Amino acid sequence: MSEVVQLRETDRYVLRFSRADRLLHGFLMLSFLGLASTGLPLLFSDAPWAARLARALGGFAVTHRLHRVFATMLIAVFVAHLSRLVERVAVRKDYGIFWGPSSMVPQPRDLVDMYQHVRWFIGLGKRPVFDRFTYWEKFDYWAVFWGMAIIGGSGLMLWFPEVFARVMPGWVFNIALLVHGEEALLAVGFIFTIHFFNSHLRPEKFPMDMVIFTGRVSERDLREERPAEYARLASGPGPFPGAGRPSARLWLAGRVVGSVAVAAGLTLVSLILYALVF
Amino acid sequence: MRHRGMLATLAVIWTLASASAITTAGQSAAPKARGAAPAAAPAPPPPTTDDCLACHDDDSLKRANGTSLTVHKAVFGASVHGALACVDCHADLAHAELPHAEKLAKVDCATCHGDEVAQYRQSAHAVARAGGSSVAATCVSCHGMHDIRTKSDPQSRTYHLNVAATCSSCHGNASVIEKGHIAIGDVASPFKDSIHGRALSRSGLLVAPTCSDCHGPHDIRKKADPASRVALHNVPATCGKCHEGIAHQFAGSVHATILAKGNGGAPACQTCHTAHAIHAADDPAWQLGVVNQCGSCHADKMKTYRDTFHGQVTKLGFRAVAACADCHGNHRILAASDPASPIAQGNLVRTCGKCHTNANANFVKYDPHADKHNRTRNAGLYFASKGMQLLLMVTFAFFGLHSALWFGRGMKERREKARV
Repeated sequence: MSEVVQLRETDRYVLRFSRADRLLHGFLMLSFLGLASTGLPLLFSDAPWAARLARALGGFAVTHRLHRVFATMLIAVFVAHLSRLVERVAVRKDYGIFWGPSSMVPQPRDLVDMYQHVRWFIGLGKRPVFDRFTYWEKFDYWAVFWGMAIIGGSGLMLWFPEVFARVMPGWVFNIALLVHGEEALLAVGFIFTIHFFNSHLRPEKFPMDMVIFTGRVSERDLREERPAEYARLASGPGPFPGAGRPSARLWLAGRVVGSVAVAAGLTLVSLILYALVF
Repeated sequence: MRHRGMLATLAVIWTLASASAITTAGQSAAPKARGAAPAAAPAPPPPTTDDCLACHDDDSLKRANGTSLTVHKAVFGASVHGALACVDCHADLAHAELPHAEKLAKVDCATCHGDEVAQYRQSAHAVARAGGSSVAATCVSCHGMHDIRTKSDPQSRTYHLNVAATCSSCHGNASVIEKGHIAIGDVASPFKDSIHGRALSRSGLLVAPTCSDCHGPHDIRKKADPASRVALHNVPATCGKCHEGIAHQFAGSVHATILAKGNGGAPACQTCHTAHAIHAADDPAWQLGVVNQCGSCHADKMKTYRDTFHGQVTKLGFRAVAACADCHGNHRILAASDPASPIAQGNLVRTCGKCHTNANANFVKYDPHADKHNRTRNAGLYFASKGMQLLLMVTFAFFGLHSALWFGRGMKERREKARV
């Protein structure tokens, strides 16, 4: 790292997620939690907690409707995200989403990073120099991306079976229900354990990484966690693209929302584990 | 006020009329009964009822062991036997010296009621008595002794609306149930809450069945006895006495066919409806419970049903989606191979269409009992299931290990940082 970088170190922040990104993630959280809590009782209908949870949420008539309200919300989030990508490419001619450090597309570098990261875990090497999006973040992204496509697609089939039956045989709905449930179990299990750990609960971040709520990462954290990105920003042609400090109110709101979401998620995971074990 | 006065007048007229009717009936019955007794040739003449009541119409009259010997004149007079003489039943007193010995011969009701007693002799009660039971019912347990009234008398123990209470005095009594080794236990409380019990006790319906309608009045037999009205193969006919239309439907079902062949595992009415706790058939809780009843025999179908949305929703206790009977029918369940069955290939569109309004031929290729473990029947589902299992296992195994290692390293870093 150059001396220029050293000089620039203050209490400055860098904008990592725009307001639109954070808003979409917020709706993603809300709809995901809503879908999970109204859907899991069905998937684990044998478990003693299932009927109680379904009744607590208002019974079949209410959960049935809520699941579809949240489904519509999540589909809207998905469509909004896709439109933003299209807009970036078509209007702003920003092809960075296809390749390079700002792209979510897996690249050879990610495999190398993963290999080195694991070596670092077991003390065989140094920590890899990460850029804007790490390999586990890309995995999270694509898991959710394909999860939404698969769960959403199968969910629509189950929502409108008579319509889909015009073009496909009924046994597809047997598969749709299985895939919908198993993929949902994967998504719920992954988000509420692996994603929570990777992004919030691991020792470096515990109890919570606030960047998804405030959008801002401190210059010091950025330099430590994503040295490649930091170096690129610091050595860029223009002035360092700093952002203001996150407001105390935003920070507090994020803390509350995040804590509630983590608590709800871990509760659901405990219920799943209970159903799987007993 | 005017109405009440009119009602009271009517009630008085009614009471007088019925009282005179009873008196007339009693008087005409009396000589016949007396005529049955052998004509007494030698003196002394038998004691009259008044002779007996001279001593027995006394609340303080007791045996040496303290049990009551009281016969109230009014109570006996109001009984169906009121016009009879005491010695018509207590025949051994006809020529006894008064005061008579404390121990009397047992009254033999068969003297007059031969048919009923003969039926009773075949009953579970009589068999238990003969086997040494001291609690099994005899004539007096249900009919009373000196206060016996006809079953048409609302005050009678055997009046239709009172039968359940009469039977319950033993079959709802824990100590009798224990002493009598009554295997089924307390049937009084489930019956009381059943649709039949409520129809009797709450709605006062004479057409609602009480105990004796299913079990018979005198020849009550255990269900293991093939001659019993409640023996498995006789149940449809017993219920069919009232539910005739349903009995006809059931008679054509696969269940009735195997029942007729003597299959002891075949279901009859009470298998789904229960014997004593019968619920209204439109009660959603009962309808959901029947699913488990079907599953108690059709375990494999139950398992695959629970894997479907229908099975999951009903498992949670909501009646909003299809349960067994919605597709298979209820009383006249037929094999899928029978063209008249609602699940016959040709009827599926209509059957599914009851809920899924726009169901078509494609739609009914859905398998409501798909088995993800059955590669032949549900190949697509089988491979989808295996694929999903693999995906879940690999993902969680990889990231589980990844997170565990990261956690270890992260903690180490944290400790080192703290030291610095």
